[in-house]
Amino acid sequence: MTERLLSVEDLKVSFSTRDGENQAVRGVSFHIDAGETVGIVGESGSGKSVTAKAIMSLITPPGKITSRNVNFRGENLLNLSEKQWRKLRGNQIAMVFQDPMTSLNPVKKIGQQLTEVIRRHRGLNKEAALTEAANMLRQVGISQPEQRLQQYPHEFSGGMRQRVMIAMALSCQPELLIADEPTTALDATIQAQILDLFKELKGNSHTAVALITHDLGVVAQVCTRVIVMYGGLIMEEGTVEDIFYRPQHPYTKGLLRSIPKNGGKSKERLVPIEGSPPDLLDPPPGCPFMDRCPHAFARCAERPPVFELSAGHRSMCWLADGEVSVGVEGGTFA
Amino acid sequence: MSESKILVDVKNLKKHFSKGKDIWGRDTDVLKAVDGVSFQIRKGETFGLVGESGSGKSTVGRCLLRLYDYTDGEVSFDGQQIGGLGEKKLKPFRRRIQSIFQDPYSSLNPGLNVLELISEPMKIHGTHQGEDRKEIIAALLEKVGLKREHLYRFPHEFSGGQRQRISIARALSVRPEFVVCDEPISALDVSVQAQVVNMLEDLQAEFGLTYLFIAHDLSMVRHISDRIGVMYAGRLVEVAESDELYENPQHPYTQALLSSILEPDPKKAGQRLSQNGYTAKRGGEGNSELREVSPGHFVADF
Repeated sequence: MTERLLSVEDLKVSFSTRDGENQAVRGVSFHIDAGETVGIVGESGSGKSVTAKAIMSLITPPGKITSRNVNFRGENLLNLSEKQWRKLRGNQIAMVFQDPMTSLNPVKKIGQQLTEVIRRHRGLNKEAALTEAANMLRQVGISQPEQRLQQYPHEFSGGMRQRVMIAMALSCQPELLIADEPTTALDATIQAQILDLFKELKGNSHTAVALITHDLGVVAQVCTRVIVMYGGLIMEEGTVEDIFYRPQHPYTKGLLRSIPKNGGKSKERLVPIEGSPPDLLDPPPGCPFMDRCPHAFARCAERPPVFELSAGHRSMCWLADGEVSVGVEGGTFA
Repeated sequence: MSESKILVDVKNLKKHFSKGKDIWGRDTDVLKAVDGVSFQIRKGETFGLVGESGSGKSTVGRCLLRLYDYTDGEVSFDGQQIGGLGEKKLKPFRRRIQSIFQDPYSSLNPGLNVLELISEPMKIHGTHQGEDRKEIIAALLEKVGLKREHLYRFPHEFSGGQRQRISIARALSVRPEFVVCDEPISALDVSVQAQVVNMLEDLQAEFGLTYLFIAHDLSMVRHISDRIGVMYAGRLVEVAESDELYENPQHPYTQALLSSILEPDPKKAGQRLSQNGYTAKRGGEGNSELREVSPGHFVADF
């Protein structure tokens, strides 16, 4: 059943700046299987968005990708020409960005923008493309799609525009949808509607989703697997249950502890992670979380390998090494 | 709790913005951002204000700060009306009421160092001089988790969380009684939000501060607030103690809002998040008075 769709090997992305080389992504390896929904979580500067852009080949100078392999269906995406990419992008791999206000062309009708994608990639004529576009809008919960197609983006609310973006991304039935903070700019009740849409998508289509977010609530709601990034590296990876109920990495545990429990019901003090993220112009050679980690010890100055805790549950932390046993409290998330 | 005195009393507050004028300068199109809001904040409590973008929650905050002259209604602070006061008479209130805003990047002048930034309100209100002032600022910095050596650094040298600490130190430098916190943690990373929330709670306990906490993160608002008001389309639809509001919401909008909370627990991923949206027109003719359904729990008609 599990069919490997995308595998990323040792992805590195850096941007040269006036102050030096900003190493945004410093060696990231992961995979996405067909049809699954994977959450990529991290704080600002953790490298999650840059990773997504690198997969889509949207890194432009001064950015630079060095990686061995980004394999999509047996093809190395890094070797594709821009012409080959145009066939793939939007068709097999689609992307939805955070800000639905700026990703639509304000002077073109929604219908025109939607049919452009459908006609280009699926070779339908104008009429058939319009019917298909109306179907897509209906599928993402927009009522009266025929009328809506004749409207301009400014006539849509933020949540509706994000639905249009998702409809557009799904219109060619891509195998992989990369959604970068798709609900962050939206109000809580609208976010709920969009997330419900993602949940439905998970049930009734073969599209795999990589959902990039900083919000652990979003991940818990829609993802099956989670990748936790920090300082340009993957700290921990596992199923949602692994990450939320059996986190191993002190960073993951810290993140979970720093949000209010039971929706804020308990007034007990929050447990923050002290300090701030590392400077990626001069990243620490060892574990990037070392300075903020309550369990740090001498060996952390050396970059830990990835330890496999159980099938699919991996952690980049020396404490996960069977040989090292430093008293760590039970990692259950209550 | 209920015996403590009322510090801020808002009665039927309205703030309308003119969106268009005809050639005689008469308003042709009016946005009723806040349209008849009444609530009270008691001394020493944290009053949370939640609602979606455009609901008017920030406008209420700005009216309390008298950053806006409001259209109608009354706001009194410690028994005195601040509505009609001129800038001169308002000055003592400007010291007693301070603010912290969302964006720590744009709310600090990039050309001033930390000492100058924090000195500014102290200079304006003539509290402390020279070396004395510097000592107080250094002590304040330590209180908000920064160091004395940060005195001569500039905003760009700090992270978002540290900048928000500077904003807090600046607000507290003139010993205010009431602080309007407008989305103070929304721009911060998850791991840093908890640092700032804990600090706000500590400072409140130490200085006996009263907060108006405006935010859209519903779990965080519940965590920090004693009482919460829910705004929708310029009106308050419900006010209650925070646990009462979250466990026993009465208004359909509050119910829809609360059902959209994302619990960080995959076990709760099964249910639908969105309810049928509550829609009511802005500026409707309805009564803006709230009804008391149980002691301390007020709901608007729906």
